[in-house]
Amino acid sequence: MKVIDFVEGIKKISKKKINIMEFCGTHTHEIFRYGIRDILPENINLLSGPGCPVCVTSEEDIDYIIFLSEKYNFGIITFGDLINVPGSSESLNHLRAKGKEVIVVYSPLEAINIAKGNKDKNYVLIGIGFETTAPNLAYTLIKIKEENIKNLYFLSLHKLTPPAMKAILDRGEIRLDGIIGPGHVSTIIGRRGWEDVFNRYNIPFVIMGFKPEEILYGIYLLVMNIENGKPSLINAYKKSVKEEGNEKALEIMYKVFKKGSAHWRGLGIIEESGLILRDEFEDLDIKRIYPMKIESKKNPLCKCGEVLRGVLKPIDCPLYGKVCTPETPKGPCMVSSEGTCSAYYIYGRR
Amino acid sequence: MEDIILLSHGSGGEQTRKLIEEEILKYLGNEILEELLDSGIFNIEGRLAFTTDSFVISPIFFNGGDIGKLSIYGTINDLSVMGARPLYLSVGFIIEEGLTLNEFRRILQSMSFASRECGVKVITGDTKVVERGKGDKIFVNTSGIGVIERDLDWRGRKIEEGDLIIINGGIGEHGLSLMLQRLGVKVGEEVKSDLAPLNSLTLPLLSLCHGIKFMRDPTRGGVAGVLNEIARKYNVEIEIEEEKIPIKDWVKYASEVLGIDPLYSANEGKVVIIVERGEADKVMEFLSKHELGKEGRIIGEVKGKGNRVYLKTRIGTKRILDPLKKDLLPRIC
Ligand code: SF4
Repeated sequence: MKVIDFVEGIKKISKKKINIMEFCGTHTHEIFRYGIRDILPENINLLSGPGCPVCVTSEEDIDYIIFLSEKYNFGIITFGDLINVPGSSESLNHLRAKGKEVIVVYSPLEAINIAKGNKDKNYVLIGIGFETTAPNLAYTLIKIKEENIKNLYFLSLHKLTPPAMKAILDRGEIRLDGIIGPGHVSTIIGRRGWEDVFNRYNIPFVIMGFKPEEILYGIYLLVMNIENGKPSLINAYKKSVKEEGNEKALEIMYKVFKKGSAHWRGLGIIEESGLILRDEFEDLDIKRIYPMKIESKKNPLCKCGEVLRGVLKPIDCPLYGKVCTPETPKGPCMVSSEGTCSAYYIYGRR
Repeated sequence: MEDIILLSHGSGGEQTRKLIEEEILKYLGNEILEELLDSGIFNIEGRLAFTTDSFVISPIFFNGGDIGKLSIYGTINDLSVMGARPLYLSVGFIIEEGLTLNEFRRILQSMSFASRECGVKVITGDTKVVERGKGDKIFVNTSGIGVIERDLDWRGRKIEEGDLIIINGGIGEHGLSLMLQRLGVKVGEEVKSDLAPLNSLTLPLLSLCHGIKFMRDPTRGGVAGVLNEIARKYNVEIEIEEEKIPIKDWVKYASEVLGIDPLYSANEGKVVIIVERGEADKVMEFLSKHELGKEGRIIGEVKGKGNRVYLKTRIGTKRILDPLKKDLLPRIC
């Protein structure tokens, strides 16, 4: 079947005015990249959720990392776009420009080499991401222990997707008729990983892939499910997502981490929504060594929180496109290519 | 113990002399450089093109090349796309102490090969050594001079509605192969930079087709970056079609996994060509027979007045192709 057939199919069956939310930054990005909003009938409203790990990083967490560097001179080792996320006043990029050591790595295992090569300095590796990246970091932590590296600590900013979804649904700020289930996360947690959310809210839920035809096929199933009034939890990405997920990855993840509270930008502190280190790894846990006592200032003009909850669109933010662009991001949603503001800006303009 | 480069190699004394005479001259020597004067002296007649570029790349040895070749070809390409025949180069090294002499030799050897291949001479140079931690193994700067034969200069030709946009082969290979390598991903042989000198392609092509109105090598910023520069500089709207853009399978796959769009990823052996519609067949015919042009395709056209670039996606929708001026980082998700 071709894309156009799915679009025709959707048009034929779609009657109600509905809100659908995608919870994964890659979906947001691909939906914009292919202009999928433009070809769907107007009664289908696509909303983007808190599915980009960089975007949901709180000001407090960024400020804390800056504090570790400025106060205790830790070298900071981190990934990708996190360095551009603004905290209360600065980002890690600023910190680096001021001469502090901030290293962006591509693979967490590089951190081990850095620490080994500079034994007289202490480093903190920042672990960030959802269920998709956590197993990899867990593996790194096991290695750090095995190799008995003493100058490398760990800060976990890892978050779990289902609790954030629950938080949004519990707030009830927006009416959701259907959910686009995140493909990458589901490869780890499986279709099974969503049963809890599905049973509790009974909203049609389709796990889908990232190609435009996979997304449109998924939306087709979702619309059908919404229209016929019999919600179900469907795996439309069977080539990658198994019922039980990736059990090996889950096993290593929970060998190192356990569930704990996490601070989400826009959603606040949510219990059991993050991954924290188990007691066996406490000597690596920087938060236990230097507990976090940070009061952060929020930029009152940035509406990232509302954007992440689907309450506002980026264009409703007074800074969007004027002061805030991907080159000069004022909020995290403009930083990452998966962020909603960035996707609007890069792909959505006319 | 392995010989390494030390601060004293850059201090101007005996060790500097040895480094220059026994290493650099050995690989890059020619009658002008060997005079070891403060300037290289030479005669050229005609209209000249002059360019400079600095090369900072990690890792310095990568699949498909190394910083030595890159620093020669990079400058050759900047001259070649302007229709200039490259003649002379300058080379400046900034070496971080600790680089092994063997690594430095490998770089020199590769520069020697590259400059001979392109028929250029390195006629002046400089070497500095900085303390450990103040550099990243080695930085190289090259400047180049070339001469433009009269009718190869495309600058006066006006880009207009209907002109076609051509690329000589698969996009994004340099940027994505390097990223994979930095990630430590084990890759097959086909995964490599597209690094290549373009002079053998652009110069004959420019003398063959006088309807070529623009050429640029899409390095940093990728094809999307170059097209946006054209749109703004010449006030034209450009539309390209996703389905027509040549992309190798591994690039497609890597870009999906890393979340990096090959349209923004760097190339080192590609050229974006704008040609008047009537001459496009001639260009394509030439490319199809050239080693560096076999996978060439017409990817889009100039649509008229404007300043934006649009992409027609493979599902038929149309969207802006933003100039995206920021570093590409792999996604975390
Ligand atoms: S446009 Fe910028 S300031 Fe506004 S919500 Fe998005 S990230 Fe925040």
